[in-house]
Amino acid sequence: MTPPGALIEASALRKAYGPTPALDGADFSIHPGEVVAVMGPSGSGKSTLLHCLAGIIGPDSGTIRYDGRDLTVLRDGERSALRRAEFGFVFQFGQLVPELTCAENVALPLRLNGVRRTEAERQAQEWLERLEVDEVAGKRPGEVSGGQGQRVAVARALVSRPRVVFADEPTGALDSLNGERVMDLLTDAARASGTAVVLVTHEARVAAYSDREVVVRDGVAREVAAAA
Amino acid sequence: MSIGHTLLGLLESGPRHGYDLKRAFDEHFGHDRPLHYGQVYSTMSRLLKNGLVEVDAVETGAGPERKRYAITDAGVTDVAQWLARPEKPEPYLQSTLYTKVVLALMTGRNAAELLDTQRAEHLRLMRGLTERKRGGDLADQLICDHALFHLDADLRWLELTAARLDKLAETVAA
Repeated sequence: MTPPGALIEASALRKAYGPTPALDGADFSIHPGEVVAVMGPSGSGKSTLLHCLAGIIGPDSGTIRYDGRDLTVLRDGERSALRRAEFGFVFQFGQLVPELTCAENVALPLRLNGVRRTEAERQAQEWLERLEVDEVAGKRPGEVSGGQGQRVAVARALVSRPRVVFADEPTGALDSLNGERVMDLLTDAARASGTAVVLVTHEARVAAYSDREVVVRDGVAREVAAAA
Repeated sequence: MSIGHTLLGLLESGPRHGYDLKRAFDEHFGHDRPLHYGQVYSTMSRLLKNGLVEVDAVETGAGPERKRYAITDAGVTDVAQWLARPEKPEPYLQSTLYTKVVLALMTGRNAAELLDTQRAEHLRLMRGLTERKRGGDLADQLICDHALFHLDADLRWLELTAARLDKLAETVAA
């Protein structure tokens, strides 16, 4: 039973790719401002769980409620609109638009949500400063380091003040020091703004930035409490 | 940790009283385990006896007399030798966790659950260390990183063992 006040609440999720089940009855919940690590070995279904929770793919069965709304019955367009307005994303390799400058990349979610260019640029600059990468504002993603690019990706994920950030192995391509800095900045900024973070990682040192962890194994997610 | 060598090393920068030595030790190396005064004075007695330190001055006043210690040439050589000698790496071959996993399998208990509970316990400690590191200075960060990397290695072993549990169960049953 999920405690009251959950922002996302998913239960009995099943998803198969052909004959192979990726999720086999997974449950999950997250509350506003909470950072939850989703751990598990490669191929366990943790990225599929994140994609279902974020409405990127639909589960074959099971329910996902976001802020009281049933995600699984929304049409594609409605899910896209919800993702743009309420969710932010950070992936392992940044996935910044290579033709745009870093500042334009950060401003992009705001522009897509109809914010005027000057205001979007102002807010993008503010987030780049907050993520300590304002010096790369005018550069294109191909001209910055992996660590800088990932901070730009975090700024882009947070600029529209989402209620949930989905981060899939956000430090997977970074060395220890850059990875830690990205996690410091991501979790500090998220906690300061009450944003929930679903953090998929196979690294314990990254999961240690979370408030709690769920482990996905063979498509089943479970939470184990530490001994008191 | 060799308290004697550490105190000797602290004396290399100049003579100190026992109290100053304790304070310097606690500041740099004490962290969760500050030295007891008794440990300082018993260690200094041993170093004196071995000729590695000498009493540089004695202050007398209203309270008990205070000795100021200085390192001797033999003491400097001893510290140099200690620093140059590599620490013996831990072999990590006597693992309680391994024993527990095998015993759980041998007795028909749930070894996967045991591994999950241990992971949660490790992560709980890692969260505390990560939090301390975030608010700490460079010394805190390095000390916590040392612990975090070791715990991380344990967790990788837990994951690997979880993935090999069926095979291990067969071996144990054979």
